[in-house]
Formats: sequence, structure tokens, C-alpha cells
Amino acid sequence: MSQALLREIIDYANRANPYPLYEELRKTPVSHDGDGPYVVSTYYEIHSLLHDPRISSDAKNLKATGDDLLGDQSDEEGTTLPPSFLKLDPPDHDRLRRMTNRPFGPPHAPHRVHDMREELGGLVSGLIDGIRETGQLDRIDLVDQFAYPFPVTVICRLLGIPREDEPRFHVWAETLAASLDPDPDADPTQRGQGSMDARMELGMYLAGLIEERRKNPGDDMLSQLATADGPDGAMTTMEALSTSALLLIAGHETTVNLITNGMLTLLRFPEVLERLRHDPDLAVPIVEELLRYEPPVQLLPQRTTLSDVEVAGVTIPKGASVWLMLASGNRDPKRFEDPDRFDPDRKDIQHLGLGSGIHSCFGAPLARQEAQLALSELARRLENPRLLEDPPQYRQNSVLRGPRHLQIACDGIRP
Amino acid sequence: MTGAGTHDGSLERLKSEGRIVVVGASLAGLRAAETMRDKGFTGSLTMIGDEPYEPYDRPPLSKQVLLGNAVADHTALPRRRAIDADWRLGVPATGLDMAARRVRLGNGDEVEYDRLLIATGVRARPWPNPEEGALKGVFVLRTRDDGEGLQRALAAGPRRVLVIGAGFTGSEIASACRERGLDVTVAERGDAPLVGALGGVIGAVAAEMHRENGVDLRTGVMVTSLEGDPSGRVRAAHLSDGSTVEAEVVVVSLGAQRNTEWLAGSGLGAGPRGIACDAGCRAFDVRGIVTDDIYVAGDVARSPHALFGYQFLSLEHWGNAVAQADTAAHNMLSNSADRRPHLWVPAFWSSQFGVNIKSVGVPPMGTEILITQGSLAERRFAAVYGYQGRLIAAVTFDNCRWLPFYEQQIESTAPFPPPFSTVDRRAEGAKPLPADFPDPSVPTHGPTITLSGYSPADRKMTFTPGR
Repeated sequence: MSQALLREIIDYANRANPYPLYEELRKTPVSHDGDGPYVVSTYYEIHSLLHDPRISSDAKNLKATGDDLLGDQSDEEGTTLPPSFLKLDPPDHDRLRRMTNRPFGPPHAPHRVHDMREELGGLVSGLIDGIRETGQLDRIDLVDQFAYPFPVTVICRLLGIPREDEPRFHVWAETLAASLDPDPDADPTQRGQGSMDARMELGMYLAGLIEERRKNPGDDMLSQLATADGPDGAMTTMEALSTSALLLIAGHETTVNLITNGMLTLLRFPEVLERLRHDPDLAVPIVEELLRYEPPVQLLPQRTTLSDVEVAGVTIPKGASVWLMLASGNRDPKRFEDPDRFDPDRKDIQHLGLGSGIHSCFGAPLARQEAQLALSELARRLENPRLLEDPPQYRQNSVLRGPRHLQIACDGIRP
Repeated sequence: MTGAGTHDGSLERLKSEGRIVVVGASLAGLRAAETMRDKGFTGSLTMIGDEPYEPYDRPPLSKQVLLGNAVADHTALPRRRAIDADWRLGVPATGLDMAARRVRLGNGDEVEYDRLLIATGVRARPWPNPEEGALKGVFVLRTRDDGEGLQRALAAGPRRVLVIGAGFTGSEIASACRERGLDVTVAERGDAPLVGALGGVIGAVAAEMHRENGVDLRTGVMVTSLEGDPSGRVRAAHLSDGSTVEAEVVVVSLGAQRNTEWLAGSGLGAGPRGIACDAGCRAFDVRGIVTDDIYVAGDVARSPHALFGYQFLSLEHWGNAVAQADTAAHNMLSNSADRRPHLWVPAFWSSQFGVNIKSVGVPPMGTEILITQGSLAERRFAAVYGYQGRLIAAVTFDNCRWLPFYEQQIESTAPFPPPFSTVDRRAEGAKPLPADFPDPSVPTHGPTITLSGYSPADRKMTFTPGR
């Protein structure tokens, strides 16, 4: 069994700065190591595979190989919840995503995200006020005190999760996000059991909530998913469960990293931070460049070929596992000029940070708005902010990459 | 660098102090002008347009504007940069003197050029009987004024609207009428809507869309005459099957005519099918000799395409106008060795009855069609067209995210039928079907691509052996 390549991607030693490894990977656009997955690392190849209907997101199409790191510990098989639309192909994917989109975005709900702006602003102000009130400005953990609670509160409000239940989600979401991380050294049985238990508990909790919303619907998304009756009919209870679990987890573990990676990068480029302080509109291009430069989702490890597919001269056989290295594609010099430079003035920025094709990030409009607001407010209010630890301590996860803590200090907090 | 221009400095002189004239102040003309300035052209630039308006965008006219969701005079095209041009708006070009390098204008003015770009586009084909066409309540839809007039007529709540021709524009108008709750009849000479552009298999899906949305769709019929009331307002139309449709508004949507009449007698290779040019947008003269100072871009051009057997393609596509304008502008300011061909893969979109339709490639070249993803019955699918064993085009209904893949397949001359399986393949995608395009010698309403590479009937010159 030869899986050196995978081990390197997963290796925690590469977490703080995986980019030299990606540069090495790009020398071979499609790498294949023993019986491991086909690892695709260059921009154009990744982009074309994201639009390739011969590529499936449904794990059922994977030719089961006993050695596959992900094969046995698939976190959705054998549990109570069916796969979410993230792990389905059309037509089921399309139907569920469409139904989920009805209460969330255009054309049926064009105002949903926009109308949350004021509430988001209030949450950001409240959290920054909270930091000021602790009086401890010489050691702020930006993750625990800001970047984590903000999007978590937002996703709970959006779904209509009662506030007193929010802390319970922390535990479930973290367990499930961790299960996405391919870790060759973890005991698969133990891991599988842990994520299964978490899914079970989360599922039971959500089932109770959905049942209640069917009787007393509000205008939150959970109510709308539970009572939807559009041209596609209604979601089954199981579908509503797995969809809301997906939104909850995706809403937990990605925006946190976008905001944290963002602040880390801005503190490493203080001149950009200073520009943002005077020009909050700069948050829009900054967040786009961050999605290219430090994307919260580094790779997509769950694609499978339905046919033999030739990519950059390599034939990936039918039934093979394919890993799409989004973060590596984002730094491909064949696509981006001077790709390792953080440049918020970059004009040409069709990054892969939110994916592309039918599975492109569902929550993108919300994530962008959250990150723009969070970063511009932090820039405006923190006086002379600085990093206490660089690089910071990262989470284990190589797929959803981000600092576990981000220790900073500042001289004061502006009103 | 090679080419005479570098040696004698003529290209540099052209770029710094030359005179460039653009006839046609719409999408292609504007984008070309912007590209020229981007490339450092600092000479004089004249933009000639027969409409009094600065360049505006047309796609919204048959969609948002007709629904009353956008105002026609708010569809101005965004400017990518300042072009510092001498605008001659509201005055048409009426003639071209190729030898003296002069464009004649309708007001008697003449404008001299060193390089000329023709981007005069197309206009709506009018109702063939001018008296009937002049009845109040009879519309075509091409310009901003057309859009505004038709919008007002629809807002007044006519009892019934008749749309003549079910190409893309006609179908979009019918869709807008239904969305406004108006009764609408569509009369189409072919067997189905969109049949000229997408063939009979897809046409049948389009027909279902019309009918399910409450359109009174009549196919295989022609409107033979329009009848007015004593006040000169249209009241009814007579059809070739003997029936009569009473309507207060009639929209004539019979495709487009190329604006080339002003070039008659100029010696340029211009006719009803457009202006022939080489792959680098240089116009041909009537003898088939390429000019070096006259360029063509947009709907009025017809140019050979390497990817489609060097067929001369006339494309009425928004994206083609942009791409071709860019290539023409680049080539106008380049030495021969630096010129590049216009190799844009034809692509267009439409939105009707709540369905997003997109296509790439040249569907009318296809003889077979295969439903690769989704299902016709659900009106959510991707289909590919085959021509002599290769994949030549693709169309999607509410499924456009897969289109870049099919475009890549077309660009790499992939085989047809495709030898691979795809997500969402259904039983109906097991075997190719005849694409069922109407006989190309019978003109269809509003094809967005006209194939005009070779037609023996079109031979205009007489070959006289030398004495």
C-alpha cells in the first residue's frame, strides 16, 4: 500500500503552510499514488472536472477498494440520515438544492440574505463590544470570541434554532466536520462511531424541531423546508433532516475559517488592513482575493468517475476516487499572475474558493456578506491590532482548513 | 515583429494619428471602439449610428422591458472605458466610396477614414405588406423604441395579442404576454417553435411549454393578411388554414434582415446575408478579394469558422458581437503577423416561460440529437447534436451549468454519440434521434445562426475565360 501522497496532504506538519506542497503537486497535474485517489492540482483541470458530467458526487459510484481511506468511514452510510444534496447527483441533487434555494435566494427569495444585513451588523457590533467589555485587549482569541460565534449564531437564526440550543450544535458540528477529514492514523471504528452518534443526536433534535415547525411554521428556513410545497412537491422528513443538517454544518465550519484566515492575512499585510479601515467597500475585493489566496475549503475529496476520463494526458479509470485540490488550483501560475501574492486589487479573480458547477457553494452569498461585514468592522474598530502567534495553531482538518485559535492584541477598541 | 508597418512606421502613424470610423453604434461598435482605445489608438474615432441613442442593450427588450420590470431607456450598455469619440447619432450611413475611403451620411456629410469598421447589425424583418404593417397595433421588436411601444401596448391590456413567428424573440414575447396575464396566439409556419434554431425534437418541448402556459399555439400555418378597422387599427389576422384570429396587438417576429443596403454598388461583398469577411474580420470585396482597411463585426458579418468546416456563419448572438468586435479592433491595429482569427464558439441564451435555455455550437448543422442528461418531459435536460460522427452543438433547458463541458467537447471535436456515461442519464438518452431540422432551403423564422458557406444558387459572378 503506497499512499505517501495522501499522507503528505493530510500531514499536520503542512497545515500552517500547505502551499509549497501544492506547488510540488502542480508539477504533475494529475497525481496518482498506488491505489490512492487521483489528485488533481491545476486550475484548468480542476475547473473542467467541476463541470464534467462524467464526475459523480455520489459515493455509491466508487469502486469499493478496501484500502480507500474514505471508503469505510463514509460518514453518512449506515446512519439514520440519507446523504445530503452535497453527496448526490442530479436529478435528486438538483431537486433538493432547488427546493432548499426557494426560501434562501433568487428568484423566489431575493431579499433573504440582503435583509439580514442589519441583523448581521448588530451581531458583529455586539461581539466586538463584548471583547471590549472583557477589558483584556492584550490577548484576544479571535476564533473563540468572534469568528466562531458570529456565523454560528447566523446559521442558527437563519434556520430558526432556539438560541438556548445553540451551544449543543457546537459539539455536533465539530464532530461531524472533523469526520470529513481523511486521517489515516485515526481508528476508523472509533471515529465512525463518534460521527454516527453525533449525526444521530443531531438528527433526532432536528426531527423534533421540524415536527414542531410543521404545526407552527415561522418564517425561518426550517419552517419553510418543513412545509415547502412548490412545483417539486414537499421534502420528505428525512430529506428535510439531512438538508438542514448540511446547512448547519456547512454554515458552522467554513465562514469561521474564512473570517479567521482573513484576519490572519490582513494582520500579515497591515497596509491592506489600514486601507480597509478607511474604505469598508474594499472588503468586497478583499474577500474575493481571500477566497483565492486562503480558501476555507482546501480540497474536494468526494468525487468519482462514471467513465474513463482523460485529464492532462492521464486516464482516470471508471470508478476511481478523485480529489480536486481547489486551494492548489487557486495558486496555479498558469491561471493567475503572481499567484502567491495577496493582492486585493487583482482584477482577474475567477477563483475556485467556492467551487464551481452544480455543487458550487450554496451559502456563498451569505458567507460573502458575513466575511465582508466582519472584516471591515474589525478593521475599523480594533486599534493597532497585531498577531501574538504566527503561524497560529491550526485545526487538524486538511479539508476545512483554518486556525483553531488566533491570538491577537490591540491597543483599544473604537466605538 | 514582422510586416511592412514596422519598417515604414505606417502602423505607428495609424495608431497615433489615424482616422478610424465605426459605422454602427451598438454593442459591437462600442466594444470595438473600447478595445481600440485600450490598445493605444489615440487618433480620431467617429461613431456613426442611425438611432438617436447611445449604445444600448437589446436582450432586456424582449424580457424585462416587456414585463414592465425595466424601462427601455434604462438599458444603456455599461461603458468599460471612455472612448473619446465623435458621435454622429441619429444619422444613417448611406454610402461607401472604397477608393476615396469615405463614408457618406444621410445628412450629406462625408467622413474620411484610414480604417473602417462596419457593425451595422440587423433590423427586424417587417411585415411584407407595408399597408398592413402600418396599421396601429402592429409591432416589430428590435429597437429601444420598439420595446417601449410594445410595452405600452401590452400594459394597456389588449384583449388578445397575436405573435407571428415562434423563434426566440417571438417565444419570449409570448412568454411575457402570458406572464402579464394576456391572451396570446402564436402563429408559426414551421411545425414547432424554435424549430429552425434547435430542430424538431426540442421544438416539440417548446411547443409543450407554450401550450402548458396557456398560449394558443398554431403551427404549420402562415398569416396571410392583417385586417384593420376603419380607424386604421389592426383588428384581425387571416391564416392560411382559413381561420381568423381577432387581436388588438400583432407582433411581427419573422427574424431579421441585415443592414447592408447602404453598401449597394460600393464594391464591397455585401448582400442580404451580410458582409463576407475572412476569419480575421477583414471584409471581402465583390470579387472575393480581401480588403485591408475595412473590417466587419457583429450580426452583419458572416465569416468562415475553422471549427465548423469553414462554414460561413452569420450569428445573431450577443457574445459573438462582443468577441468579434474585440478581434476586429485588435486586427485593425496590428501587423499581418500579429492578427488573430475570430474563433468564438457560437453560444446564446433565452429565457421563456420560466425556463432558461442555452446553447453552444451550431445546432442546425446537426443531423442527430441525443439527450445526455435529464429528461425532455421534465423540461430539464442537456442534449448534444451530432454531425458526421462528431459532436457539433449542445443545448440545455434549466441545466446550463454543464454547458462548459459540452463546449469543451465541441472544441476538441469529440465523437458523436458520446462514448461515456454521465450523471442523470435516463433511458431516453440511450439512443440518438434524428434532430429533425426543417429543410434548410425553406427559410425559418429567426434562426440565430445562418449557414451560408456554399449555395450553387447564390453564384453571382459569371466566369468568362480569358481571350
